[in-house]
Amino acid sequence: MNLTDQQIERYSRHILLQDVGVEGQEKIAAGRVLVIGAGGLGAPALLYLAAAGVGTLGVIDGDVVDLSNLQRQVIHFTDDVGRAKVESARAKIAQINPDVKVITHQAFFTEDNALEIIKDYDFIVDGTDNFPVKFLINDACVMGGKPFSHGGILRFEGQTFTHLPGTACYRCMFGSPPPPNAVPTCSQAGVLGAIAGMLGTIQAAETLKFLTGVGELLTDRLLTFNAKSMNFKTVNVRRRERCPVCGAHPTITELHESEQAACEFNPRQQ
Amino acid sequence: MGNIKVNDNDQQIATPIALTELIAINKVLQPDMVSVQVNGEFIDREAFGSTVIKDGDQVDFLYFMGGGAR
Repeated sequence: MNLTDQQIERYSRHILLQDVGVEGQEKIAAGRVLVIGAGGLGAPALLYLAAAGVGTLGVIDGDVVDLSNLQRQVIHFTDDVGRAKVESARAKIAQINPDVKVITHQAFFTEDNALEIIKDYDFIVDGTDNFPVKFLINDACVMGGKPFSHGGILRFEGQTFTHLPGTACYRCMFGSPPPPNAVPTCSQAGVLGAIAGMLGTIQAAETLKFLTGVGELLTDRLLTFNAKSMNFKTVNVRRRERCPVCGAHPTITELHESEQAACEFNPRQQ
Repeated sequence: MGNIKVNDNDQQIATPIALTELIAINKVLQPDMVSVQVNGEFIDREAFGSTVIKDGDQVDFLYFMGGGAR
């Protein structure tokens, strides 16, 4: 594709970057990215990916905007309370950057639709809030050979890594989901709103790095930070030979979402 | 005494020490939820009890963090 004069001006700060340039911007424009969850992580990720000119942005979320979301889900405004999150997100993306084609899926990401939805995208951003879906995203992306960015936040902390086929996956690191309620979620334990912005923005940066091929992705490394001390740490992780989904002899060969018994925290039961 | 690294921080501790004891000493909040790497290799949860940490080992504790959307 050829950038128009307007696009060259809009993306000039990208184009000025030696590592990106016109060629990199064209790669971004050709990119197809799926953001799962238009919430705390998905909101900042979507805003930056839209501003960056990602050609196609998919958004999947079955929820509607709630007043308690607005403290951190910066793509949704006060007037959006009660509106489907995907529609609220689509409207903001269109205002930020009409170049972006938005595909909305007003649904939750499940074992039944997972592979079908991800197959059309180059890169997936996990912006979900519960372990069963995080493991489902991992398994679907491993099986579908799709790169993705994992993200998790809690209280004052965030955690993220990027998976490419062949690098360590979420199950390499954590095996299987914790029992329901064993580990609190943000809706139970709270989270500082800006933490969501920090982590979702890291995920957006990883996405843009992936699309442009710039730098080293956060693969085989788990980044964690604690905003109380503002310490960032990366732990090198190694793919597990005996990983149940990406190892040499996988035992998980079809998608199956684990149970989340904490019904009041399960978005699919609301 | 031995010198080990726990999540990149130096720790002086009587080695050898059982991994389960190291988990207790480090006051890991939910010991049954933590993921552990020793010298870059993940340890199966069932092997925590039989894993011994030696002088010079590098131990990483990884914790679940689940929030995001709502």
